Parts: sequence; structure tokens; C-alpha cells
Amino acid sequence: MDFPTFLAQCLNAVQYGLLLFLVASGLTLIFGIMGVINLAHGSFYMIGAYLAWALSTLFGGHFLLQLLAGMALAALLGFVLEWVFFSYLYQRDHLQQVLMTYALILVAEEVRSIVAGNEVHGVQVPGWLSGSIELGLMSYPVYNLFACAACLLVALGLYLVVNRTRLGMMIRAGASNRDMVRSLGVNVTMLYRIVFAAGVALAALAGMIAAPMSSVYPGMGGGILIICFVVVVIGGIGSISGALLASLLVGLVDTFGKVFFSQLSGLSVYLLMALILVWRPQGLVSKGY
Amino acid sequence: MKTTLTSGALGAMLFASTCAFAQNTPVKVGLMLPATGTFANLGSMIENGFKLYVAEQGGKLAGREIVYAKVDDESDPSKAVDNVNKLIKRDQVDVLVGTVHSGVALTMAKVAKESGTLLIVPNAGANAITGPMCAKNIFRSSFSSWQSGYAMGKVAAERGHKNIVTITWNYAFGNESVQAFKEGFEKGGGKVADSLTLPFPNVEFQALLTQIAAKKPDAVYAFFAGGGAVKFVKDYAAAGLNKSMPLYGPGFLTDGTLDAQGASAQGMLTTLHYADKLDTARDNSFRQAFRKAYNGAADVYAVQGYDAAQMLDAGLKAAAGDIKNKNKVIAGMEAAVIDSPRGKFSMSKAHNPVQDLYLREVKGSDNIFKAVAIKGLSDPAKGCRM
Repeated sequence: MDFPTFLAQCLNAVQYGLLLFLVASGLTLIFGIMGVINLAHGSFYMIGAYLAWALSTLFGGHFLLQLLAGMALAALLGFVLEWVFFSYLYQRDHLQQVLMTYALILVAEEVRSIVAGNEVHGVQVPGWLSGSIELGLMSYPVYNLFACAACLLVALGLYLVVNRTRLGMMIRAGASNRDMVRSLGVNVTMLYRIVFAAGVALAALAGMIAAPMSSVYPGMGGGILIICFVVVVIGGIGSISGALLASLLVGLVDTFGKVFFSQLSGLSVYLLMALILVWRPQGLVSKGY
Repeated sequence: MKTTLTSGALGAMLFASTCAFAQNTPVKVGLMLPATGTFANLGSMIENGFKLYVAEQGGKLAGREIVYAKVDDESDPSKAVDNVNKLIKRDQVDVLVGTVHSGVALTMAKVAKESGTLLIVPNAGANAITGPMCAKNIFRSSFSSWQSGYAMGKVAAERGHKNIVTITWNYAFGNESVQAFKEGFEKGGGKVADSLTLPFPNVEFQALLTQIAAKKPDAVYAFFAGGGAVKFVKDYAAAGLNKSMPLYGPGFLTDGTLDAQGASAQGMLTTLHYADKLDTARDNSFRQAFRKAYNGAADVYAVQGYDAAQMLDAGLKAAAGDIKNKNKVIAGMEAAVIDSPRGKFSMSKAHNPVQDLYLREVKGSDNIFKAVAIKGLSDPAKGCRM
């Protein structure tokens, strides 16, 4: 492999990793802070992608506005779901959480089939992002670079909210000792509801950003869910910075695995997970967010 | 004396009534197609096509009324044995029709081979169904994956390409398609420089696209389907690769996906046993009838369902409507020349259509007929002993 190819592959790896981070960050938030194994997270990603498809006709060229509207809708959905279903799960064991969130996957797939049908849909890249940049070897779509930037922005925003704000402080406190925080007068129920809504909104945002690149199709949430669990486990459950590190690592291993070990590339990421679990069972970043 | 007479008359009446019974009992067709999941649309197209032909014959084939038993196979190979047994044992169907997913169809073929139930496969292209798995009671109204891949290989060689990279998911159907392409292409003097694969159903193509860009082949042959096909074609165009090296594939790369692929698929060439704007009287009248009956456009899957019914009709006619007379039904189907909307086809020895493969070009949201890539192409049916 010559140097330009190597650089292009690194860019591919970073781009894939950042998008993974966007989905995984919501998962790790919900998993780490609320202790809920949310298998339905991939469905929220799918819902986001379908929202992008449905809203694109409504909003026309106003892409950023469309992203905001989609996130608001997804947050609302998350808020209601937490209220109606998830709030009953915190004290239950993980098996029941898995069962219920699996049921949510089935419901989401069926609703998707009834409302949007089973066809594959394409989502247009917004006009102002539709060009591409020549990188010598091949051209690189501007939209993909935009997606990278958006993911980095979200990572920074999350870091600041969790580490530098009062809300973030309450979230961290609530994660480490729920009862103590409640006795200090914080409305933990509402706090959890907000965190869950934020997690769903992040997954949906990832789906909306990915939609023009990947198109929109049935079952798209399943594949991303598994790889996101890998990211969360490698990064350390509940850790945002760990998720960022892990998703970049997974991006690199997946990309170069495909290049060098084409036949075994399905294995590479899981091998990485196994190795890291042997070395550090608690994940790369075990303390802090 | 009186008693004998009555019993004789009774006997005659009984005889007459069993005869009438045999003539009037409906033929039970077991449709095992996907009604849910990714392939649900394909399943309903096949079913509509089948029923359209039966309706055109007045609801009867060779004088026998057709009734249906249906099972949703969910395109799930792990449920295939249960599902096919529901039709054979519980519903006691005379004929099995199914399905889309090759893995499920292979199981159906296995069960049909053991039970001897007549099976018509209206889509699944796995070579094995009319290869090592072939049997005298198993027919296919669609294609083998070898056919479309081989035809594209021949076309690519004729277009002067020497050096091609292939890419597909690492699973049976993708590998079969690539193998067949390689066979056709290398026979025409070309060389497949590299065969890239990624695990099914992974859609992160960027790393392999970069590899392709670095290798700089004359052209690329790809096999993907559904969401993967859409994303691959879009990513390929977004990387600007389509400017310097054309992307070829079997028809599945651009069939039913063109609206989603949009501008990125324009001008692409693919091969399949059906095309838009064939503009034959047969195809036009079929499309018109389909539109009238179901208020939607027909596609290749509808054609395959329609032809499955035509094949059954030919078999029933040869046996004068007696579905239980399996040998005659099978002989009738083997000898039939099916007047399909795709063009006339006959059955190969292994019961796969011997058919024309078309070269099609993407224009707008249609795969327009461009030329006949290979006339009367017969699957080699490797491994079939019958």
C-alpha cells in the first residue's frame, strides 16, 4: 500500500469511527447512567434515518433545521417511551430489560413496515454539501467531511455538558448513587427521563446524518446495534470519552481488517473486543466520563 | 333381482360421482413466499403474477379450479423446514410454489425431493437448486445466478475490458455470481485481477473502494442486493470511480432500487433475463393487464410468478387436469415452451429456464433493453444427476 492510499484509508477509518461514536454515545449514556441494556437503540437509529427521509420533503433545503426538528421529535419519543416503559425497568434484572427492548425492536420494525413500506429509499444530500473534493486517488464527498465535523461537534458538546454543567453534575451523581441524589432534592425521575430522551435523540441524529450516505432500508438498525455494543464494551460502559476512543479504534481495525484480511474481516472487530476484554475487562476508560 | 338392479344403479351412480369428484376437486397450490421482512414486496409481486395468469384462464387451469394455501416464510432459513411441512402435511397441497430467499428455497427443494411434492421455484437463483439438488419434481421459473453473471462476463469482454476487479458479499449467492462472471469474462480473453469480498450484510464499502481506486482496473463487477446495492452504487459514484472505470453487475444491482440510487446509477449496464421497454406485444399486454389488476407496475418478480403459473398450466394440460398423475404433469412441464413476457423459454434438462439474457442500460428509473447479451443461455447444471 502506498502512502496516499494509506492516508485515504485512515480518513475512511476516522469517518466510520466518528459515525459509530455518534450512535454509541447515546447507548453508553443510557447503559452506563441508567443501567438499562437497550437493544432498541438500533431501532432509534433506524427511526432517525426514516425521519430524515420523511422530513426531507417537508423541509426542502433547510437541512440543519430538519436535523433539529428530527432530534426534537426523537427526544419526544424517547421521553414518552421512558415514561411508559423504561421507568419500570430500572429495578428489574437485565433479562427483563433485554426482553422488553427486544420487543420494542419488533414493534419498531412492524410499524416501519406499515408506515413506510419495505422498499429501499434514497435521501438526497443537501445542495450546499453535494460537491466532492479531489484527493488524488479518488474524490471524497463533501457531505462525508460534514458528517465527521458534526460528529466531532457532538462529542465536544457532550463532553462539555457532562463535565462542565450543573445538569452534567447531577447526571454523574445520579449514576453513582441514585438514592443519595434523590435525598438531596434532585428529581431523579425527571433526570433519567431527560438522559434517556437525549440518548434517543443522539441515535436519531446519527441515523439522520447517515441517511444520505447509506440510504434508508429495513433492518438497518440491527447491524449498527451490534457494533455499537462492541464500542461500548471496549470503551468502558458509561464512558463518553471511552466510547470516542473505542469507536475510532473499531473504525481503524475494521477498515484495515477489510484491506489486509478480506476473507476474515468479519472477525477483526470482535477479535479486538476479545483481546481488550482479556487485557482490561472493565474497558479502556473505566472511570470518569 | 330388484336389489341387484338398485345396487348396480347405485354403483354406476357412485362411479359417476367419483369421476365428477376427481374432475371438480380443486388443485391446491401452496404458496410459500415472504409476506414480511426485506423481501415482502418481492413475495407479493410473485403471488400477484401467479394469480394474474390463473385469473386470465378464468380461475381454472386445464379445467381444474385453483385454490391456495399460504405460509409466510419470513425469508428465514431456520424456519423453512417447519413452514414447508405445514404446506405439505397440514394443508396437503398438490404443488409448492416458493420462494425468494435462496437459503429457504434450498431447504424447500430438499424437502420436496424427499416427499416427491411438485415444486416450482419462482425466484431463488442459487445454482444448486437446479444443480446438485436437482430432481424430476423440482422446476424453476426464474434464473440461476450463473446465467446473469456469465452473460455480464461475456459483455464485459466484448466491450474491450482486459482487467477487472470484482466485489461482493462473502456469501453463496455473491460468490456464485462472481464465479460465473469470471468464467464468462476470462473465456472472452479478460482477466479478473482481484476478487474483493466483505462480510454479509456489511455496507461499509469505503475501505474497499479505496483499494479499487489504488488498483486502477479497467472496470468493476459488483454483486449486491437491496440496501447494499443502493449504497454501493451511490458510494461508487460519490468516490468518482464511475468516471474512469464503469461499474457492471447482474440486474439485481439496479432492479427495484433505481429511485433510491438516483443519478448515481444513470448509464449503468447490467444483465438479466428481463428488461424494461422490451416492447414486444406479449410483454406490453402482460404489463397492461398487471397494471389493471393491481394498480401498479409489473417487474421481473411478477413475470417469474406469472410464468410459474404458466408452467403448472402446461403440466396440468398434459395430464388432462389430473394433478395426481405426476409423471404426465412433469413430462408436460419439461416439454412446454413458455410464452413468457420476457420472451419464449423452454426447460433445460435440469429444469431451469433456457432463456435470452438481456443487456440493459439505466435511464431514469428504468432498466431499458439495450441488446440481447446471449440468446438461449442454458445453465450448465454442474453436479446435477437426473
